[in-house]
Amino acid sequence: MRKDRFSIVGQSRPKIDAWAKVAGETKFADDLLMSRMAHGKLLRSPHPHALIKRIDTTRARALPGVYAVITGRDLPRVKFGILPVSQDEEALCVEKVRMVGDAVAAVAAVDEETAERAAELIEVEYEPLRPLMSIEDSLAHPEVRIHEYGDRPNVHKAVALQFGDVEAAFASSDLVREDVFFFEGNTHLPMEQHSAVAQWGADGKLTLWSSTQTPHYVHRLLAKILDVPQAHIRVVAAPVGGGFGGKLDPFAHEIAACKLAQLSGRPVKITLTREEVFYVHRGRHPVLMWIKTGFRKDGAITGMHFRSWLDGGAYGSYGVASTFYTGALQTVTYQIPVYKFEGARVFTNKPPCGPKRGHGTPQPRFAMECQIDKAAEQLGLDPADMRRRNLAEPFVKTANHLTVTTIGLGECIDRVVEASGWREKRRTLPPGKGIGIACSSYLTGAGTAIYWNDMPHSGVVVRADRSGLVAVLCGATDIGQGSDSILAYLVAEVLGIEPKDIRVHPADTDLTPVDLGSYSSRVTLMAGNAAIQAAERLRGKIFEAVARKLETAPERLVAEDRRVFVDGDPDRGVDFAQAVVLAESLFGVLAFPGSYAPPKRAGKYKGGGVGPSPCYSYSACVVEVDVDRETGEVKPSEVWIAHDVGRALNPLLVEGQVEGSVYMGLGEVLMEEQVFR
Amino acid sequence: MKTLLTLRINGEDRDVLAAAHKTLLEVLREDLNLTGTKHGCELGECGTCTVLVDGLPVLSCLALPIECQGREIRTVEGMARGGDLHPLQQAFAELGAAQCGYCTPGILLTAEALLEETPTPTRDEIKHALAGNLCRCTGYTKILDGVELAALRMKGART
Repeated sequence: MRKDRFSIVGQSRPKIDAWAKVAGETKFADDLLMSRMAHGKLLRSPHPHALIKRIDTTRARALPGVYAVITGRDLPRVKFGILPVSQDEEALCVEKVRMVGDAVAAVAAVDEETAERAAELIEVEYEPLRPLMSIEDSLAHPEVRIHEYGDRPNVHKAVALQFGDVEAAFASSDLVREDVFFFEGNTHLPMEQHSAVAQWGADGKLTLWSSTQTPHYVHRLLAKILDVPQAHIRVVAAPVGGGFGGKLDPFAHEIAACKLAQLSGRPVKITLTREEVFYVHRGRHPVLMWIKTGFRKDGAITGMHFRSWLDGGAYGSYGVASTFYTGALQTVTYQIPVYKFEGARVFTNKPPCGPKRGHGTPQPRFAMECQIDKAAEQLGLDPADMRRRNLAEPFVKTANHLTVTTIGLGECIDRVVEASGWREKRRTLPPGKGIGIACSSYLTGAGTAIYWNDMPHSGVVVRADRSGLVAVLCGATDIGQGSDSILAYLVAEVLGIEPKDIRVHPADTDLTPVDLGSYSSRVTLMAGNAAIQAAERLRGKIFEAVARKLETAPERLVAEDRRVFVDGDPDRGVDFAQAVVLAESLFGVLAFPGSYAPPKRAGKYKGGGVGPSPCYSYSACVVEVDVDRETGEVKPSEVWIAHDVGRALNPLLVEGQVEGSVYMGLGEVLMEEQVFR
Repeated sequence: MKTLLTLRINGEDRDVLAAAHKTLLEVLREDLNLTGTKHGCELGECGTCTVLVDGLPVLSCLALPIECQGREIRTVEGMARGGDLHPLQQAFAELGAAQCGYCTPGILLTAEALLEETPTPTRDEIKHALAGNLCRCTGYTKILDGVELAALRMKGART
């Protein structure tokens, strides 16, 4: 989209779905009510690690109002997982449970209460095994195996990468620091619990409505898990009541709902309780980190050796990617000429960790920023200046082969330093007050798909109706971030119409082209570019038809204010709806596709697919805090934050994302804790 | 054992036959199809399911409908007047106070009760009133802004 004046892009405006949301009209998955619908419930393990000796469902089946009861033996005996390299999950465990909350059976009944009662009537005999509850525990007891696969006993994945001679860099440094940090795990906790409704039609076709961030991946995996042709499965993404990475995997309740729907001949809904959401988890990995970094007197980083141990929990999930992510983006923020990374993800008998907002990168960021502060102190440098000194360079390949394009981090630092009064406040605040600075970078969309393929990462179809309405079909999922609105703004901008003239259809694998999902901050860039391409193709045909009618050249036309007209001569033109009629008369149905695939930049090494992105976003943040000198309690009094997001397509939504992430970060740092008893 | 209940919801009397131990949340959503009231923790922790009973915020997951007979129940579906949104709804939509929107109905109703009692609340009073309603998306800033804007507009409409 090349335009020098925008009428929609860059304006703060309400989201297109804001009205439905404030009116309570939005139908989340749990709000779907269907005739004859049954309610499902999962029976979950009370043991962290145990063999399943026997499951008896007789009493549950006999309970009046129960339509179907299943165990893992009613499902194809195939393990699955979101990543092709970690196929280690079962919807309903058959031989062994690996955490409290592992599902072992499921029930569909006339109502939720009956389903719950029936689930309690299922008898399960367990033989408890020794639980392994920490990284140290799992490594110290290789004789107890949580899974039979992995790079070492209880080590899901061990990776080692080296880019240059770090030892030589340390030898020539003025200061070398070694530090150890631990980042506590935490969970997404969206306000909406996961929910799914499945319907298995008399035609043998399955439909699943689900609160998922990745309808496409669920679609692919359901075919494998249920052994049903993928073409006979339809996945519809309901509006998601908050995701943050917690709804990115295929889940037991989705699979159980499908099977129960097949057996009962009824639509089946399963909505998790808040407690169950903690079991399905996939939250931030607890990570133990060791960093050794060399610095010159002027603060420049000479090299870094980074080691991370991730407490993965009971299953693989996205863990291999999470492991690489704990070592990937260090070099994208600051210039690190030589770099060595070793990471290991360890299985424990706890809910599986996965991708939470920033997927595997906030933990190393925390460690590295703390270490830089320590080094600045030792070197007598201002921590803000030291960060500025080390900025990654634009348009270069980093030591670990990641391509940085533009980088606005320097400006971000300058802005927060100035706004916060950093220079005056540092060293002068009274006891009990403090001020600190930190920086970060993150992907704008993962550069590779979860399964290797040469197809687009995002697809959009734009269809113009004779009424002037434009329908946008895209497999992306709006999880509250406003991605549907972004598609509407972009298409409206290209076609010169209003967002209200556009209807964005929710992800529906029968109808919408594939978008890989709402993760890694990818939708605005990837689906957005696909939408621009589709809309421009439509506009091209419209201009061709209108130009013929007006006896002018298509290049002379513009689309603005719901009209298509000769540039500089607004009276010579037609309404948008008329323009559609002219184009459809000439060319037939007006439906145009757009696709986006990121540049292929994966480094030619194992793990090189984790970290590349079409571009990176940057942020710098200053926080002033009050510290209670008796209790040690820390209270942030003010936060200044600057983000390099490129062009803000809707500043209101960008502010919303930034504010929300600041609060989620404060929660992680100051308030949230995971306790296992 | 089911009980016949008569509930006054959003100004209409509704008869419903429901088990006496069902919560108000369940009856609203499952028996009356009023799904605008959201299902949260069902433990009284998150405020997602808030409705108004006689003008006061009540966690519908902890309330029994039988106790609400003869009282005025208000859900998000009752906030708009005909086609006109309540000033709080309007302000929340304009300012981006609803991201995923799941906590929004509960917050709107809690805020409505506040403004009824305190037409021009301070920022701290708004924070206090909304302390029992969790939002995971917005960081609350735009929610507080939304309540302030609505209060301002409602005051303007009164004078």
